Amino acid sequence: MIVLEQKKFQEIEKMTTGYNRLLVLGCETCAAMSFAGGQRQVAELASAIRVARKTTGEQGEVLEEAIARQCEPEFVDLIKDEVSGCDAVLSLACGAGVQMLAERFQDKVVLPGCNTTFLGVTEELGVWSERCAGCGNCILDKTAGLCPIARCSKQLLNGPCGGSMNGKCEISKDVDCVWQLIIDRLTRLNRLEMLEEIFPVKDWSPAGHGGPRKMVREDLKS
Amino acid sequence: MKSGSNLERILESGQFAVTAEAGPPKGSSPKVVQRKGELLKLCCDALNVTDNQTAIVRMSSLSGCVLLKEMGVEPVLQMVVRDRNRLALQGDILGAAALGIRNVLCLSGDHQKFGNHPTAKGVYDIDSIQFIQMVKTMRDEHKFLNGEEISGDVPFFIGAAANPFADPFEFRVIRLAKKVSAGADFIQTQGIFDMPKFIEWMKMVRDRGLDEKTHILAGLIPIKSVGMARYMRNNVSGLSVPKEIVDRMADAKEPKEEGVKICLETIEQLKEVDGIHGIHIMAVAWEDIVSRIIEEAGLMPRPVV
Repeated sequence: MIVLEQKKFQEIEKMTTGYNRLLVLGCETCAAMSFAGGQRQVAELASAIRVARKTTGEQGEVLEEAIARQCEPEFVDLIKDEVSGCDAVLSLACGAGVQMLAERFQDKVVLPGCNTTFLGVTEELGVWSERCAGCGNCILDKTAGLCPIARCSKQLLNGPCGGSMNGKCEISKDVDCVWQLIIDRLTRLNRLEMLEEIFPVKDWSPAGHGGPRKMVREDLKS
Repeated sequence: MKSGSNLERILESGQFAVTAEAGPPKGSSPKVVQRKGELLKLCCDALNVTDNQTAIVRMSSLSGCVLLKEMGVEPVLQMVVRDRNRLALQGDILGAAALGIRNVLCLSGDHQKFGNHPTAKGVYDIDSIQFIQMVKTMRDEHKFLNGEEISGDVPFFIGAAANPFADPFEFRVIRLAKKVSAGADFIQTQGIFDMPKFIEWMKMVRDRGLDEKTHILAGLIPIKSVGMARYMRNNVSGLSVPKEIVDRMADAKEPKEEGVKICLETIEQLKEVDGIHGIHIMAVAWEDIVSRIIEEAGLMPRPVV
């Protein structure tokens, strides 16, 4: 999933000042799973803005809505009328959702209420961590199902650097050394010899360094 | 000869090599590097010029190397992949070759989070092992990473780092083997304080025959004070400083003398370890002590080959 965190309220407050009719728009997929932009967070944030506006004396109505996915045009188009009646939309989706709104509603101010953090997993309630860097060329078959692109601080491809200690990365005792995890796993699988070969230089062009990415599936296009 | 450097000639002739570190300043004055060059030139075979060490911005390594070369001191160009992509690395390798630099040490580099620009974007386009392989291909095949021809020679004696004290211990020798097969002609290790662990690692190195395929220079860090010993023990990832060393420094009436003594004892022990071809002294902010250590270790005068 795409993991999101809601921006600090002060930043949201500053960003939304001056837009009288404000629509707070949630996204029910990743943003909801991140407890950052689902229906419930929309309600909480909208009432916080209303309270803040009361103290500052700012006029205007704060509306609430949530759709299944802000990254898909058919869901975004469902709220066309609501959007047309307001001055700005505060999106609680990821950056992709915010931009889809900006594309579909050309004349409307669209504001981001969340920071898109990473592609990751829910470790437990309230804990998420990064798993995938979206590099466009998956190598997990060669690294025991654990990704050094996303999880090694130096994106090393040939084993741990000299800063790996007690299973932790040199940058922080809270960060696992993914190469330690890879080696542990390959040792358990009796496949450690896989790492003896030199991993070749990576092609970063599908990782976004070849320019913005796009995928077209002719078989699916109507 | 691959490069014809002094370091290569000494190691290839089977003599015990001595190198030391000469870090460039956080400023533009050439004097700092020149002073270190003067201090160390008679007691070392080559001097490593660090590359934005610990991710703190300093005068570039290549400039430091040129300053040393101008005064007749042989430099080792340290290069980290943290700050340069494959284009910049190859460009700098060609530039260094043109400027007469003959030794290069290929490193990953400390993470930018440690340094004085912790919000910087790290590059890490290729890793240190791929970098070694790239320089070797440039030297031996006159080819860039993309296969295109290079005009002119790229004569480098290629070095790499090894840290026997980092985890996982069992993998450390595999990583060294990868560096050797990538093309590392010499190795400079992390500073050694934990001799039993180092001896165990060297046994694994010899079991794989790696000491015959590359020249291993054992790393030494002279300790100036108990504070420094404690700091390294507690805060430097990848360093193993046993409690015994910290205690010795804490109990010493003259800590600096004790630090020198520890260093000299380590060198004596290293001389007994099969497969060690030299030492590399990293006396950060204590370069003045290096010549005395080398003298008292019986490694003077340096050979002329």
